[in-house]
Amino acid sequence: MNASKRAIPWGALGPWIALAITCLFFTVQTERFLSGTNLSLVLQQVMVVGVLAIGQSLIILTAGIDLSCGMVMALGGVVMTKFAVDLGLNPYLALACGLGVAVAFGLLNGLLVTRMKLPPFIVTLGTLNIAFAITQIYSEAQTITDLPEAMTVLGNTFNLGSTEVSYGTVAMLALYALAWFVLRETAPGRHLYAVGNNPEAARLTGINVDKVLVIVYALAGLFYGIAAMLSVARTGVGDPNAGQTDNLDAITAVVLGGTSLFGGRGIILGSLVGAVIVGVFRNGLTLMGVASVYQTLITGILVILAVAADQMSRKGVR
Amino acid sequence: MNTPHTPAIEPLVMQAKGIVKRYGQVTALDGTDFELRAGEILAVIGDNGAGKSSLIKTLSGASVPDEGEILLDGQAVHFKSPIDARRAGIETVYQDLAVAPAMSIAENLFLGRELCKPGWLAQRLRLLDKKLMLQQAIARMNDLKVGIRSMTQAVETLSGGQRQCVAVARAAAFAQHVVIMDEPTAALGVKEGNMVLELIRRVRDKGLPVILISHNMPHVFEVADRIHIQRLGRRAAVVNPKVISMSDTVAVMTGAKTVDELPAEALA
Amino acid sequence: MKLSTSLILSTLTLAVGGAFAADAPVIGLITKTETNPFFVKMKEGAQQEAKKAGAKLMTATGKKDGDTASQITALENMAAAGAKTILITSTGDAIIPTVKKVQAKGVQVIALDSPFDGADALFATDNYKAGVLIGQYAKAALGAKPAKIAMLDLFPGHPVGAQRHNGFMTGFGLKANGATSNELSSTPETVCAGDTDGNQAKGQTAMENCLQKNPDINVVYTINEPAAAGAYNALKKAGKEKGVIIVSVDGGCQGVKDTAAGKIAATSQQYPLKMASMGVAAGVEYAKTGKKVSGYTDTGVTLIAAKAVAGVDSKDTKVGLDLCWGKK
Repeated sequence: MNASKRAIPWGALGPWIALAITCLFFTVQTERFLSGTNLSLVLQQVMVVGVLAIGQSLIILTAGIDLSCGMVMALGGVVMTKFAVDLGLNPYLALACGLGVAVAFGLLNGLLVTRMKLPPFIVTLGTLNIAFAITQIYSEAQTITDLPEAMTVLGNTFNLGSTEVSYGTVAMLALYALAWFVLRETAPGRHLYAVGNNPEAARLTGINVDKVLVIVYALAGLFYGIAAMLSVARTGVGDPNAGQTDNLDAITAVVLGGTSLFGGRGIILGSLVGAVIVGVFRNGLTLMGVASVYQTLITGILVILAVAADQMSRKGVR
Repeated sequence: MNTPHTPAIEPLVMQAKGIVKRYGQVTALDGTDFELRAGEILAVIGDNGAGKSSLIKTLSGASVPDEGEILLDGQAVHFKSPIDARRAGIETVYQDLAVAPAMSIAENLFLGRELCKPGWLAQRLRLLDKKLMLQQAIARMNDLKVGIRSMTQAVETLSGGQRQCVAVARAAAFAQHVVIMDEPTAALGVKEGNMVLELIRRVRDKGLPVILISHNMPHVFEVADRIHIQRLGRRAAVVNPKVISMSDTVAVMTGAKTVDELPAEALA
Repeated sequence: MKLSTSLILSTLTLAVGGAFAADAPVIGLITKTETNPFFVKMKEGAQQEAKKAGAKLMTATGKKDGDTASQITALENMAAAGAKTILITSTGDAIIPTVKKVQAKGVQVIALDSPFDGADALFATDNYKAGVLIGQYAKAALGAKPAKIAMLDLFPGHPVGAQRHNGFMTGFGLKANGATSNELSSTPETVCAGDTDGNQAKGQTAMENCLQKNPDINVVYTINEPAAAGAYNALKKAGKEKGVIIVSVDGGCQGVKDTAAGKIAATSQQYPLKMASMGVAAGVEYAKTGKKVSGYTDTGVTLIAAKAVAGVDSKDTKVGLDLCWGKK
């Protein structure tokens, strides 16, 4: 009789172990790595991809995928900054408009996936191009500068002991904690996992699968809008070319964090760890003076290792 | 039709009269009747195309009949979806079990019907009362004497028979009137199949009548109280497995014998 | 769908631009994207020159960087519509076979800004020289202090990135590869290097990490002005923006404004407008005399700096703003 235990340990701990090993490696290689300032910097550098990865995680947990996340973020960023600078809107109202546009795109993705029954890969490939085009046309490919104070607040820092921590980092951590709580401790969170794990079973037990999916995609849009806010705050500009590589970076973070691309399995905190691992590598390798092409190489190897580890940890299970 | 003299007949829990269901040109059900009595296991058998699955679909709410009526405890009911049937207290165990493999037994038991913590805020946020669900899961499984050690292990780690037991236990836990089971012992080995049959008996013993669809004659004969034979869109006969032989049953099912050729004691 | 849009655009431009003389030379311009201000300026230059010379101008673009399919279609359509010269900013080597095809029909194909094999001629910025100029400026501005240089590059293997990087080092007086190399050189003075993809956010990240490695960096070479803006942000957050010399390449209007504001010390300005107008002139010449232009023509690069330094020729930011491309 197969009395096997649930094979959680490796799946959940894997990313953390990888992060610990990476940090240990860089601490040994260069004495500048393990300082409060440096680590705080790394968190600031990953906060945009980190928040994108929250939305992406929710979607991947439902066995979907969102290729448009970076472009929607760029569009949100351009809208919020242009509304504030060109139209003279109250900055908070402008921020809300940017968030609204991002949510609208998320909603569009969700409706296309559920009503038209189109695969998420195809749908978001389409909206990726639409969002990109609108961003380029509306901004005329120019960055928007001279932003009002309120828009860069999240980039400001406060002192935690002798280290400077940015408000944006705190916001990112808070959002992860919130997402983690909802997924673990509430019925809607559990329904999300069920929809990803076996949508037919979810439907037969009375869960409104379409409603769950639409809400997930729209919610992801909200997270992309928040990522736009963080991006604007960090760089101080509305950049239409932001986020182009963040699409894949966000998906990489989710995969490195142990969430299965087949849906229904994964812990959202893993995505945070995944994003941090990539940031740590970029930071550590620069500190060591290693050419950044190796960083790309290593990230690719890590992704394959992460997926392989996930597969192997479930081999004992039928 | 002459009712054979039998001991006191239990009250009817579910009844269907003259059900007609057409799919385009094909008439799947051509005026089928159906009766389920309290406290019994009723097996529904029939060859392919006899209308067996169509009949079950109308009873479980998965399809709406074109003509005829369905009565539950004497009251007419009109199910527009499986959820309607569920609300009326009819639970169905589907052939593919409808469980989320990565989730635990306790989680699957309460899927879609999670128990939430008390309090206004907890109810609005729908905070899960995991402890309570685990307790109840353990209690129900013990009640039905299902021998799985841990309610927190993932369903995908269980054997096929154990998974079937989880699905049956879930239906039994929430059913108020009827449990419908679609091919519960298909794809199971001998030992596991017997384990599931034992569980089905316990469900009946707890007071829930069971409608059992199966191709497996030996299992049907082992566990059913009565057998409803479906043929060509109608009820051909209802027989008593303790009297009739398996070969006669199959004969009626295939049309080799008609109900009039059966001895009176074989009918139920 | 975008296909027909560019076709409609081309037809409209045909109808609107240029004189209606029966034998007006027909010239095509294919850029990489519709909205990048660099290419908007290029189109402007082409239209002005075409009007002056009485030529008909057709235009088309790709949907984005790397969209060679749209450029290939445009090449074929323009040749079929009678263009005798086509100017193109190549977005990938996939266009080369189609270029050969239209050349066989007697069409002159001139590369603007981005070189590719088989073009009749190239009108582009001398990116190596652009790097040399800012390198010379940085050295003069730094004076006698020991140099600690951060190199904020594009990404590995790109010829323009390598030319500007190595040119900068040569101008600064450091040993570096020549103009034909695609490899990035380094010396002890270049204490840190990072890739930016020419993007502001990544420029900021690269600068932050470099500062962690060498807090006393005093010169920053950047591949383009968005990367420079990101580097400036990082320096400002670390409180170091006053003592560090940032140099860049491009001469876009936003970049020149940043130079005037003191964020960038000096930038090499390049001239997309000139590339296009010289290209149109070559097209007119070919139509009139049948003589093709050939070889590489440097479309010029000017050092723009807010503060001049001894021994290095530069123009001030007012000149830069007059000549810049993008929204003024």
